[in-house]
Amino acid sequence: MSVVLDAKIPAGPIEDKWDHYKNDMKLVNPNNKRKFKVLVVGTGLAGASAAATLAELGYQVDAFTFHDSPRRAHSIAAQGGINAAKNYRGDGDSVHRLFYDTVKGGDFRSREGNVHRLAQVSVDIIDQMVAQGVPFAREYGGLLDNRSFGGAQVSRTFYARGQTGQQLLLGAYQQLARQIGLGGVRLFNRVELVDTVVIDGRCAGIVTRDLMSGEIQSHAGDAVVLATGGYGNVFFLSTNAMNCNVTAAWRAHQRGAYFANPCYTQIHPTCIPQADDTQSKLTLMSESLRNDGRVWVPKNADETRPVDQIPEEDRDYYLERLYPSFGNLAPRDISSRAAKRAVDTGRGVGPLKNGVYLDFAAAFERVGYDTVYERYSNLFEMYERITGENPTKVPMRIYPASHYTMGGLWVDYELMTTVPGLYCAGEANFSDHGANRLGASALMQGLADGYFVLPYTIGNYLAPLLGKPGPGVDHPEFKAAEAAAAQRFHGYLDIKGTRSPDWFHRELGKIIWDYCGMERTEQGLDKALSELPALYSEFQKDLRVTGDGESMNQTLEKAGRVDDFFQLGMLMCRDALERRESCGGHFRSEYQDEEGEAKRDDEHFAHVAAWEWAGDPMKAIRNVEELEFEAVHLATRSYK
Amino acid sequence: MANHLTNLTLKIWRQPSPGAEGHFESYGVDSISDEASFLELLDVLNERLIDEGHEAIAFDHDCREGICGTCSLMINGRAHGPQRGTATCQLHMRKFASGQEIVVEPWRATSFPIIKDLVVDRSPFDRIIESGGFITAPTGGAPDANLISIPKVVADASMDAAECIGCGACVAACPNGAASLFTAAKVSHLNLLPQGQAERYSRVEAMVETMDEYFGSCTNHGECEAACPKSISIDFIALMNKDYLKAKFANRKELSRT
Repeated sequence: MSVVLDAKIPAGPIEDKWDHYKNDMKLVNPNNKRKFKVLVVGTGLAGASAAATLAELGYQVDAFTFHDSPRRAHSIAAQGGINAAKNYRGDGDSVHRLFYDTVKGGDFRSREGNVHRLAQVSVDIIDQMVAQGVPFAREYGGLLDNRSFGGAQVSRTFYARGQTGQQLLLGAYQQLARQIGLGGVRLFNRVELVDTVVIDGRCAGIVTRDLMSGEIQSHAGDAVVLATGGYGNVFFLSTNAMNCNVTAAWRAHQRGAYFANPCYTQIHPTCIPQADDTQSKLTLMSESLRNDGRVWVPKNADETRPVDQIPEEDRDYYLERLYPSFGNLAPRDISSRAAKRAVDTGRGVGPLKNGVYLDFAAAFERVGYDTVYERYSNLFEMYERITGENPTKVPMRIYPASHYTMGGLWVDYELMTTVPGLYCAGEANFSDHGANRLGASALMQGLADGYFVLPYTIGNYLAPLLGKPGPGVDHPEFKAAEAAAAQRFHGYLDIKGTRSPDWFHRELGKIIWDYCGMERTEQGLDKALSELPALYSEFQKDLRVTGDGESMNQTLEKAGRVDDFFQLGMLMCRDALERRESCGGHFRSEYQDEEGEAKRDDEHFAHVAAWEWAGDPMKAIRNVEELEFEAVHLATRSYK
Repeated sequence: MANHLTNLTLKIWRQPSPGAEGHFESYGVDSISDEASFLELLDVLNERLIDEGHEAIAFDHDCREGICGTCSLMINGRAHGPQRGTATCQLHMRKFASGQEIVVEPWRATSFPIIKDLVVDRSPFDRIIESGGFITAPTGGAPDANLISIPKVVADASMDAAECIGCGACVAACPNGAASLFTAAKVSHLNLLPQGQAERYSRVEAMVETMDEYFGSCTNHGECEAACPKSISIDFIALMNKDYLKAKFANRKELSRT
């Protein structure tokens, strides 16, 4: 029986919803805050900022990371920047415009109330991060500089060279470190969440595994925040860090948290193409490069001349041709599909003909070599380290790769999942980006959730729980979860088959990429849904994990993560199959217009699909949250 | 098209646990693409070890984009290997030659004890940050970002220091096992900015003294700068020392006690 979900959006005009919420929410007296314990899992932008702020407010906070240090979370790798509706350029930006761009960028599949709040607090984020010492790029006069990004016609992106994620994460990490030093936060490093525990309909805590000793341990808390990132590594090759995984979200899903829109995955258009079979991951080249780089392929598939001898008239600047008003800054999903089509028509470039050019020659001519070089120096150097080619001499080669996942655990307006007391923030939740995320919006969302949303909404949940402590770790449910986790990891070691976790991960990734990647068809998805369970059952019978479970064992860690990726992969394909429309990153070949653009079906699919666990991903139940658009009109998304 | 390197010999440090005795183990690699990264070479070797029923080599790594600072490794005696300004994860096999012997060790520093094989514990870095590597700015009270004007040269200098990825190569490369470059980068990032002035001297004092609890002393060898994957300048050490000295002179109570 499927249920209709209520997101608990406050009443009133969109501009006032968040203020109304804050005016009406329940508060916890400062002296009582220390009586509550909040567990924060993950220490990226969302997790670190939430843990630091909750501790500042006076809550007891335990923070968990599988890294050796909280500062290594994958937020650190974000390059281009962070959006905020400051309108410092006087180019017509506003909260409303950022809100509208984000809803439109997400192809009208995000929730208005959440997105408007995001746009509202975006301005506070920049203030906060500057106060904390983030060295954003400046003009000579000392004021903040901005750049433009895909999907927007204003310059609202703040940046710190090509390392904005690093600087923002260091900022949030430093606030977290301050609280650790003060005793407000206890940090558990090199531990991984292996289960969440729900008792009497309320999240009571988590179970972790120590990655150094294999020890399984329970932690009780009054509220739990999962800020554990996205699941882009389901594709095996992605721009995600090697250890990014879906395990925390998936364990929570199995305990009752609905998983929303898993088929909304973002394939980023500007990554370095795969070079050979040993490749373990793909590297992103920031979208900001598209400010100055022009994307092209040869007009003819049989082009054999060296790149510098191909004359202008034989080049196809296809983004400028197809999308004249946004040109090279067309949104990610659109740019990615256009690149795929160029390569699929045999016009790919590079030794494997698997890329398109991103060419800076025109920018060098327009504003000078030095100016361009200063803007992107670290990206140019990184590109050369990886490919051995100098992008100021020969055009960069790029191709789309899995980068971000818009889907994630379903949350309401308060960022609470369908399990009371269990919250989800940052990339791990689904709420703000709809079917496609705009560039420079992930950092914004992570910090909005952690600094400016959760600290309010968690208080609203905890206030009525004063004097009603949750069950401790001695409760039989915790003991049962510990035993199940221990058994799970012993199980992997006991299979003693012939294939490594990486082998299975690679095979899984191929299926997902081929059938649930940039273009999806009913036939392909059906095929994936017959191949995946077969491969998964092989995994369960033929996995080989060497080493033991009582010391650091990275093969064993990987086995657990691949297991969860398999299950998620099946749900992704089911979600993609059921969503019989094209929207944003979800492109179903059956649903496109004459020009090959995505064709939405607002009549039947203007909703969130939130999947409910029923013992097996193939049996999961599809629930629906209807999306209501009051402040924006549903429109065909055009960037022409 | 990718070329292949052939006939490599890897000598890799294996150590099952923190207290156990370690040793070098030799592994031959017949062929690897020159497009592969150094860590992908280890991936290929680990796949083979698992195939043969052996335990894989443990090593720290994550983003493989040179920014998270998780990867480490002494490669032929050099922190992060032979390519300047490059973390191990971005070092590619085209920097090596067929027939070469490659020695792979964990970071060499007593302050970074070995956890397993090539994985070390770098948590003393976090202790340094926790002692003062921040600006006290609780959430919600910040003024408008453009109220704080920062000349571009100042923001750039701060950013030069802030680029530190906290990998620990500076410590591993230092004959004294000092952490001055790391600490100086962290101190300078904040001490150069107007926002960092209020806590400038208490910050440097706390961070330097925490550093001294865990690490060796700096004697200006300069190995750290040469090994740093972000090429962070040792000028920042001078800045840190200057601020530390000023902090000590300013703090008379402290002086009278010593």
